[in-house]
Order: sequence, then structure tokens, then C-alpha cells
Amino acid sequence: MAEAASLKVSVWRGGADGGFARYEVPARANQTVLDVVTHIQREIDPSLAYRFACRVGMCGSCAMTVNGRARWTCRTHVRKVVDADGALELRPLANLPVIRDLAADLAPFFDKWQRAKGSFQPKDAPDGAVPEEFAVVPPGSKARREADAGIECIGCAVCYASCDVVAWNPDYLGPAAMNRAWTLVNDVRDGARAERLEAVAGDAGCHSCHSTQSCTERCPKNLDPSSAIAGLKRTLFWDTLLGRR
Amino acid sequence: MDMRPRSHPTWIAFLVHRVSGLLLALFLPLHFWALGTAIQGEARLEGFIRWADNPLVKAAETILVVLLAAHLAGGLRVMALEFLGWRRRQKDMVAASAGLALLAGLLFLLNVV
Repeated sequence: MAEAASLKVSVWRGGADGGFARYEVPARANQTVLDVVTHIQREIDPSLAYRFACRVGMCGSCAMTVNGRARWTCRTHVRKVVDADGALELRPLANLPVIRDLAADLAPFFDKWQRAKGSFQPKDAPDGAVPEEFAVVPPGSKARREADAGIECIGCAVCYASCDVVAWNPDYLGPAAMNRAWTLVNDVRDGARAERLEAVAGDAGCHSCHSTQSCTERCPKNLDPSSAIAGLKRTLFWDTLLGRR
Repeated sequence: MDMRPRSHPTWIAFLVHRVSGLLLALFLPLHFWALGTAIQGEARLEGFIRWADNPLVKAAETILVVLLAAHLAGGLRVMALEFLGWRRRQKDMVAASAGLALLAGLLFLLNVV
């Protein structure tokens, strides 16, 4: 960035039919996009609605569309995304209903985690009780490595907002829900494999993915939901071909 | 459509795969029509093949070969991702697919035109 003294920030205001408001924010060293939004709300317009909590990339609540791309704003340095004019464009996350300003409604996103059977169902204790014995899952086993690869999801919905298939088919489960399903399909302690694979098959499930890999490209945690979806496709293919489902 | 979030290699590979597939599907009726001219006699097919020797048609054929090779190589890449789980080095895989498609076009130009 050619050190502009101030940032010209366009911020989405209102609901789905709202528009951009423009603010001038002082440029500072090591400034994150969330710092910019916070400055606007605290110093310029207290009515601005946005969402954040941890500010350190753990909670997944501050994601927004920054200059056209979904990003976690607390860990996005302004200098990495702003052009030489100091222009910044902020919108709420795409593919989700807008509550107001920069706050999107994540309910449909988390509903799809439920639909994809994204909760752990202990095999040894079907009633949900804690099993008496610890399960031994060797860290080097293939299933464990597959599960580990996707387990660090923080539920920020950046992948969901970046997914073209979600935009085309609002019923599509989306990358995060299926990434979660894939970790559980690979969890040897889980007992709901068949129901889960059934839930992610079909038109709104893994087979609709076109492997554009926008989810993998944008995931702030460097997870690979695209490969998780490919894993679900592969498992369903062989299970169906070999009559295992 | 906002192209800012759609500029990564794997998205462009998806676009090339989709567009090449559509163009190849549009070409197929023409292909069958050309073959169908043989039914009406050798002379008619021969006449068509002579007409197809003109440079503009050869240029179009080269584009067709590139489209076909791009669709094939891109399809193999996606199948490797989905069936073999080749998740690493996707950008290199995209580049290799594009290289194969262009190489096929070049070989066609060198040998046929």
C-alpha cells in the first residue's frame, strides 16, 4: 500500500435492499479491518451493526466481505487488502440473509450443520452418555488423519459465503457442514455413519459440488473443505457400488 | 457477477471445464452432420472434406482440439481429486492440465495443418 493518510471506507448500511455509506478513517500501522469497523462505530456512527467477539481468530464471528472477498476481519491486515487509494469496501457475508449493516444471519448456515448430521453420536453409548472406556484412536491412522485435517473449523461461514453452489442452490448444505460430516465419517467412535452419509447424498449434498475450491482458497484456518466433500463423494460412490448402503 | 472472489486457478479451471464442455456439446451435432454426408455418397463427404481444408476451418479445428484436450485433462484432474484424494498441489495440477491442452493444440498444428 502506498501509505494513504486515511482510508476511504464504503460500508453496507441497512438490510438486503440497503446501500453503501462512505466514511473516512485514519490509516494506522498494523490496522486490521475489524479495527476500521470498530473505529467507525465508536468514533463516527454508533448505529453501525457488526459482530465480533474474540478479536484473535478463534471465535469465527467477525467474517465480512472485504473488497469482494469473504474474510475474517480480525486477522486481516488493511494493508493486505487495500489498494493504493486506500479504498475499502465492506459488506455483510454473501449467501446469508442480512440482519442489518455488516451483520448477517448465520441461522441457515448452522441449520445445515444439523441437516448434515454434524453432531457426534457415540457408538458405545447410543443414549448420549459418556462411554465407560476411553476410545483408543492411533494418531497415525488414516481415519484419524482425515478427521484431524478438518477438525479446526471455527464456523466463521467464510467458505459458505464464498461458495457458488450455495448461491445457485439455497438448499445446498455448503462446505462447512460437509467438512464437519467428513470429520465424523472418519471418527471411529461415531455410530451414525449410515445416517450421515444419507444426509449428505443427493441434490443438496456433496454430489452438487463443482470443485471450484473457493472454500479451500478462502478458509482462514487453511482447512480443505473441498477435499472433505470429495471424500464424501468417494465414500458414497464405493458404498453404493459395493452395496454397503 | 463479481469476479474479485473468482480469480483463483481452480475456479478458472472450473470455468474452462464448463465452457469447453458446452462448446463441445454444441459442436457434436455439426460433427454428426458431417459424418452423415457420407450416407449421401462419397462425393458429398469428399466435397465437405475439401472445403474443410481452408485455413479458417483448420484454425477452428485447432481450437476444437484444445477445447477437447482441456476438457479431458480438467476432467482427469477433478477425478483424481475425487477418486484418489489428490488434494495437494491443486494449482500445479491446474497448470499441468492447461499445459497438456495447449500441447495437444500445438501437436495438432504441427502435424495436421
